[in-house]
Parts: sequence; C-alpha cells; structure tokens
Amino acid sequence: MSLSRTLSVFLGCTALMACAPAAKQTATAPAVAKAPAQTAAFTPGEMVMRRLSGEQYQNIVADVFGPSIELGGRFEPDLRVGGLLAVGAGTVSITAVGMEQFDAMARNIATQVVSDKNRALMIPCKPADVKAADDACVGIFMTRVGELLYRRPLTEAELKSYIGVAHLAADATKDFYAGLSTSLAAMLSSPKFLFRQELVTANTDGTYSLDAYSKASQLSFFLWNSIPDLPLLAAARKGELGTRAGVAKQVDRMMASPRLEHGVRAFFTDNFGFDEFNGLTKDAVLFPKFSAQAANDAQEQTLRTIVDLLLKNRGDYRDIFTTKKTFLTQELGAIYQVPVVDESPNGAPDAWLPFEFAKDDPRGGILTQMSFTSLHSPPGRGSPTLRGKALREVLLCQKVPAPPAAVKFDIVQDTNNPVYKTARDRLNAHASNPVCAGCHKIIDPLGLALENFDGAGAFRTTEQGVKIDTSGALDGVKFTGAAELGKAVHDNPATTACLVNRLTSYAVGREVKDTAWLEALKTSFAATGYRLPDLMHAIATSDAFFTVAAPKTQTASAQ
Amino acid sequence: MTKLISRRNVLRSTTLGGAAALPLPFLDCFLDNSGKALAATGAALPHCFGTWWQGLGLTPGRWIPDKAGKDYENKAELKMFDRYKHRINIISGTKYFLDGRPLETHTTGWQIASQGGIPTGVNSGPSLDSTIADTIGKNTRFRSLEISLDGSRASYSKRAGSASNPSEPSPLGLYTRIFGPGFKDPNAADFTPDPAVVLRRSVLSYVTDERKSMMSQLGATDKARLDQYFSGLRQIEQQLDIELQKPAPLAACTVPGKVDETKTGREVGEVVASNKLMSKLVAQALACGQTRVFNVVIGANGLRQPGSQQNWHMLTHEEPVDDRLGFQKETTWFIEWANQQFVDFIGQLDAMKEGDGSVLDRVVMLWQTDHGYARTHTMDALPILTVGNAGGRLRTGLHVPANGDPATRVGLTIQQAMGVSLKNWGLLSNETSKTVTEILA
Repeated sequence: MSLSRTLSVFLGCTALMACAPAAKQTATAPAVAKAPAQTAAFTPGEMVMRRLSGEQYQNIVADVFGPSIELGGRFEPDLRVGGLLAVGAGTVSITAVGMEQFDAMARNIATQVVSDKNRALMIPCKPADVKAADDACVGIFMTRVGELLYRRPLTEAELKSYIGVAHLAADATKDFYAGLSTSLAAMLSSPKFLFRQELVTANTDGTYSLDAYSKASQLSFFLWNSIPDLPLLAAARKGELGTRAGVAKQVDRMMASPRLEHGVRAFFTDNFGFDEFNGLTKDAVLFPKFSAQAANDAQEQTLRTIVDLLLKNRGDYRDIFTTKKTFLTQELGAIYQVPVVDESPNGAPDAWLPFEFAKDDPRGGILTQMSFTSLHSPPGRGSPTLRGKALREVLLCQKVPAPPAAVKFDIVQDTNNPVYKTARDRLNAHASNPVCAGCHKIIDPLGLALENFDGAGAFRTTEQGVKIDTSGALDGVKFTGAAELGKAVHDNPATTACLVNRLTSYAVGREVKDTAWLEALKTSFAATGYRLPDLMHAIATSDAFFTVAAPKTQTASAQ
Repeated sequence: MTKLISRRNVLRSTTLGGAAALPLPFLDCFLDNSGKALAATGAALPHCFGTWWQGLGLTPGRWIPDKAGKDYENKAELKMFDRYKHRINIISGTKYFLDGRPLETHTTGWQIASQGGIPTGVNSGPSLDSTIADTIGKNTRFRSLEISLDGSRASYSKRAGSASNPSEPSPLGLYTRIFGPGFKDPNAADFTPDPAVVLRRSVLSYVTDERKSMMSQLGATDKARLDQYFSGLRQIEQQLDIELQKPAPLAACTVPGKVDETKTGREVGEVVASNKLMSKLVAQALACGQTRVFNVVIGANGLRQPGSQQNWHMLTHEEPVDDRLGFQKETTWFIEWANQQFVDFIGQLDAMKEGDGSVLDRVVMLWQTDHGYARTHTMDALPILTVGNAGGRLRTGLHVPANGDPATRVGLTIQQAMGVSLKNWGLLSNETSKTVTEILA
C-alpha cells in the first residue's frame, strides 16, 4: 500500500468539508446578531431516531464523493407528521421495497467510487497489488469515509469488520477494488448510516444530553441538511461542543457558510409541502401553459424569493407575504403574463431574472406565487377552500377539521351553475349549511382573496364574465384582495409564531410541545426584527436543542 | 456491530456449498403432465392472494343483487362481472365501525379494511396481505408486489404502522424489478450462480450483525422501527438466496419482452394503459413463481377524464343526483369504468394458461373500498367482492348479505383460507371471530 497524493484532495474538496475559502463563505450571509434564547426551565422531548430523507442521502453522497456520483435508485415515500416530513422521518422505517432500493443505490455508488475514473481522486491510497486484499489501504479509506457516513468515528470493531468484508471479497474476486466496493456498499446499507440515531449521556436531572457527535449531526442537518464537515467533527472530537461557547463558535462558522442556503431551502421545501409537486397535474386542455418545467420553476421562484429576502438581505420574515420583488423565468412570465426578457442564447436553460411587480399590482408575496396557488388547486380549476385551508394550516399552524360525513356538496363548485357564477356564490350557498359554515367561514375568505389566480396560477379578473370579488377578512382584519391579504398575514401574530414552531420542530425532528422554549424563541425572534438567520442561530445554540428525555420503554398500544 | 463477518459464510456462498441448506422456491421439481400439480409430490400448484383497492364505493340501488345465494343477477354497476359470475362472491351489507373515533374520510375505511381497525401508533398491526404474505410468500423471490395504476406510490399494504409498502407506479419499473437483473428463467437449460449475488448476500449478512449494537440504545418505538428495517433486510436476503439456486422448470412461465416506458397518471387513458401492461406482468410473475401475493391500487385520488374540471372524487360530492336517472351520472360512469378495469385485470390472470386451466384458478383476489356511498361518506352497506377460489379453498358464485356485520369478517375468512392461523381479527367493534362460512370450501 502506498499513500496517494490525492489524499488531501479527497479530504479537502470532494468531501467538501474544509476547502471552501472563508472569503466566499461570508458572501451570502452577513454576520448574525446573537439572540440568546436560553430558558431556565424547558421540558425536553423524547429522543428520536430519524430516517435519512432522500435529499439528505443525495446531499451526503455529493458531499462525500462529489456531485458526479449518480444514485441510480429512488426513495421510499416520506410521511408528513405535524406538517413536516422532518418530523415524519422520526416515525417511518424502511420496508423490503425500500431496502431493495437502498441496496441497489449502495452498490451503484460504491462501484462508481472505485471505478477507474474516480479511484485516484476518491481513494487516498493504492493497494500494493490490485489483485489482492490490502487491509491497510482499506483501513485508511474506511476510517475516513466511515467517520463521514456514520457522523462519528468508527469503533475499532466496526473498522475491523469493514476491513474483513473487503478482505474476503477481494480474496473471492481477486480484485482489491471489488473488495473495497463491497465493503463500502455494506456501510451505505447499514442502519447506522440510513438512520440518525441520537446517542446521549445522562444528566443529573433525569434528562439526557446528546453526545458530542450527535450534537454535531443535530447542527449540520438543521443548518445544512447534510452531515457534519471535518471541522465540526474535529470540534466534537476535542470536546468543544460541550460548552455553549464551543457550540456558538461552530454555529457562527456554519451560518457563514454558503451551505446555510441548502438548509434554508430544505426547511421551506418541507414546510411548504413542495414534495406534493411530484404528484401535481393540471389538465393540459384547460391549462396548456402549465408544464413540468413550470412546476419546477414555481418552486424555485419561491425559494429564490425567500433566500434573497431572508438570507442575502437579512429581511423581515413577514415580508415574504408582501414583497413585490421576485425572480422569474420566461416560462413563468408566460403564466404570470408579464414580460421576461431573456437574452440568453437559444437553447440555453431558462435564465432567472429579477423582477419587481408594481406597487399597486395585486401580485406580490408568496401567496400569489404559483407554488401556492397551483399547488393548492385540483387539476381542472382553482379552489378557494383548499387555498384557504393551506394558508391556515401551513402558514398559521391552525388545524382545520376534516369535513363532516354525510354532507351534500352538490352546489359547491358546479362551475356551470347559471345562478352561482363565481366561486364565492357557490361557496356562500354551500356554507349556508350550518354544519359546514363553521369551517368555511375561517378558510374560504382567505382562498377567495386569491381567486384572481386560476388553477395554474395565471392572473384573471373575471369568472364566467362576472368580476371576481376578492374582499374578505382574516381574524377581523379586512382586506380587498390578494395584496391586502398578504399584509394581513404579515401582521398576524400567528404567522411568526407558526414559523418558530415549525422551524423548531424541523430542527429536532419531533413536534415541539415545550412552550417555555418556544416562548423564549418567539421573544428573541421579535427582538431581532424577525430575522430568520437569527432565529436559526437561537435554536441552534439553545440548550433545549441538545437535550432529550428518555424514550418510552413500552410502545404505543399495538394495533 | 462487534462481529467480524464469518469467512465460512462467504466461502459457503462462493462455493455454493451451502445452497442446499437454503430454502427452496416453491417448485423443486417438475410439473405433472397436466401442468396443475407437482409431478414429484402430486401437490397442487401453490395458491396466491391479491387485493384490488378501489376507493369511492358504489351507488346504493345499483349493485346489491335482489337475491341471496347462487342464482342472483348482477345489477348495473356489477354487470361487467357476468362473465366471471361463477368465480366471484359478492358480500353486501357489511360495516366499518368507528367506536367513537373521528371519521377521517377516505382514510379510516382503508385502515379498517386493510388492518382490521383504526391504528393507534407506529407499532400498529400489519395489513392482511402482509400477514398472508408471511404465511405463503416466504419462499418466493418477492414476498409481495405492490402496484398502482395511477402513477402514484400510494399503497394500503403495511408491514406495520411505520412501514408502508410503497406501490410501483411504472410498468417498466415493475418489469425491471421482476424480470430485470436477478431474474432466473426457470426454463433455462443452464444455471450459473452469479458471483456478484454471492457477494451481495455476504454484505447483507454483515449488515444484519449491526442489529444488536443499535438495539441496546433505543426506546421501544424505535426498536420496533429498526426491527422493520431488519425484517426488510431479511426479505432481500431471501431474494438473494433464491437467486442463487437453480429454479425448477415452470411450463407456464413465459418471460416477457421488455416493456416500454409509458406515461403514468390519473387520466383514465393512462390508467387503462398501465392496467393492461401491469396486469400481464403480475400474471407472468405468478406463473414464473416470483411471488404469491400482490396488491393493486387503481387510484388513490383524483382519477379524471381529460379536459374535465372535476375528478371522480370531486364528482362524488359535487355532482347532483340526476332527477330522471336517480343517480349521479358521471360518478357512476367512473364506478363502472373502474370495475371494468378490475374485470380486465382478472381477465389477464385467466389468460395466463397453466395446463388446462389458468393462473386465476389458484388465486383469490379481494376487492374492497373505503366508503359504501362516497357521496355522503357512509361506512355501512359496503360492497366487497372476492374473485377466484385459490385452488379450491373457497366456494364461489354466491351473493352473501351480511346484515350489518363488520367488514372484517371477510378479511378473516380470506386469511384463514390462505392458511393464516388466526381465530379472530380486528379491533374493538371491528373484531370478529365469525367467518363467512358460506364461501369457505
């Protein structure tokens, strides 16, 4: 075995960890104000084991082995709990079908890593004989990769086993690289990689603290949606995460990284339910401009709007509901019916161009973007009820009860009804039923304010020749249309409370019920002018973020 | 994980010296001349089980036959089953009981139909198809196959509350899974174990060794979830064990050509196209001994006609009852269309000849739905169909009125007929020990 000169490349760049220059790191995220949200009394939630999400798996493979590695498989559907897939990740397992895919992806990835093309870059040593086992070289590789994939150093026994697997497979195949590939595939199929298990140490008050490496993972998956980098693992190894100052130092460093954008995008993608776009269809006859490309662009538009406002400009979170600034492609311009002049050469991918709606334009804020209006509409039309329900549940964290059984819906949206020409007419008629009225009163006005946007998100002012009335009220605050609805949501106290709740639950992977911690975070969020980076910083440096209660020894009553 | 992988395990696999100790696929010998039984033992070809999950119920007055027993006449919404009437049972009048729990429309019904009750946690019980698969499917390459015809991965098949077996939505994906790499043609003259499979098997053995070290640090709920992971892993190990043995010849097994990539989705034309391809692949999988259990979801929600503002589900609630006809015209179109898809599906099983019969002869399929009458979300007067007699395990050709009994009676009956050792099934008011004796052979 001889050490290759590529060792530093592997550790420094394909494992991404240490190679991003500091100057670039500060480009997208100005320094955050410190807003401590420690609270003396908090009630820790139960520790939880989370399945890696598909995006996390992808991020990890790209982080460790580089973005050119193809996965060659797909993931089991996720489960949304408490409004978040990140919380559902703590309740799902892996089925045989899912395991088939993880197994196939593991082999596929491992084969690419040891391929002729990649081995010089990714494997930091060369075997003495490519036709025979080389335990020392395998040991170097698996130690490094193992620490990244397991998010902690391998135990001696684990390393010995992986070396043993590679040795036996190399003997059987007379091929060192086939042996290494077999061992790497085993690691990628391991539950210790596929699940994030929280390892803890007991505190004197009966609670438990995450151990240093679990703390590192807690931070990196929250802020970056991926594994800890080498400096973070080093901080864990040196015991630096055992103090608040040590944690804060790492949080500051991580928040200055361009990767923070990955974490922010991952949270909003989850919170806004953008996974639902995978199953979203629109009728090709009724909405000919709605294409797969437009659906992708719709999500990207919202994420770009948010990243630009909240990260790059450190704006007020509430302004995402009112901002006139956004980014558009020509594809989106056609749907929004605004000119988007793209001077890219023919055949180039759609360029993203900044765009600002006029002050008096009803369009503005994420509620009027396609990612909201088209996602919460059935394939053939818009739906004030679905949109209003989504606004309440996703953005204000208010649960709308399911419709009661045995209700007549006949009139709700018979769009050809000669008497009830607009959605408002039809819903009013339906909501005259007292059983329905309670819920429709709180959801319909919000959705009706967005009736200027059809089922695909295109702007309109009339329905069946009748001018659309977009007036209504949100919790007593009156509005005349989408723009004022955005302002009402902006000013509603539930809006910021909801974000605190969701972001905290997202960070810890369980529904946070600890009101003391949440209240402290809400106060600090308000004090910093509702700056998202400051809220993330406050969560990531809270003691509660790293403290858990013992799990129950009995399962919930079986079936 | 503390144990080094056993050299013996790898060597045993690489030399195939251990193959004889592994469980064999269901056919270890030739079929007899009729193609209906194993020549060596005279045992019948193994029975199989399938589900057809079709939401949104049927229309009151348009399906329950006037007469009980044998000589009933199908009404409009079941008329398309006439051709298979002698091989079908209609069970009418069963109920899903809520026991005070809230009705989650289009969810609760599925839970009771598949799991026998409303689940209470991640460790809740498996769906009946998983229980049956654990009984009859352990020695096939796939313990069960789940497919959807609407392009989604929706599935009502569960190992447990936290482990839902996702559906395969793509005909090409299904083809690749069954007949792609890993498939061994039972009628091929030669058999050479794939050394790569041997290595894979070894890798998975290693992963299994990690169980103990993780379990000690988990709470009960997470232990159950980890157990489900290892249960999935064991199924993959069994698949590989089977791939390492020479399969016995199966006269009826014809290996299909690769299917084309197709557009899947919720428009009716797309569903029809998927059904045509996937029903055939399922029939071929059964004939080739690849599985004994399969689950079909026709459409979780939103099946629709192109150009229409409303989908089937919306129509059930929003379409007025036609004064002249006395029912919802467009909704019933969907019901009859979906039932025709089921007829086409079983037609493919029947078209797959085995000896002088067909694959359908050794299958029983269970047709269930989420609501009796979707327009008002009723949980009673449920329609349930069984198709096929699973090699003589059921009597067929009957209409059995159940008079308000729990729907779980049918699930219990089918599980018992499939050989599951089960005296009663279901939760609270949905629990029953009463089988539908009329249909048990």
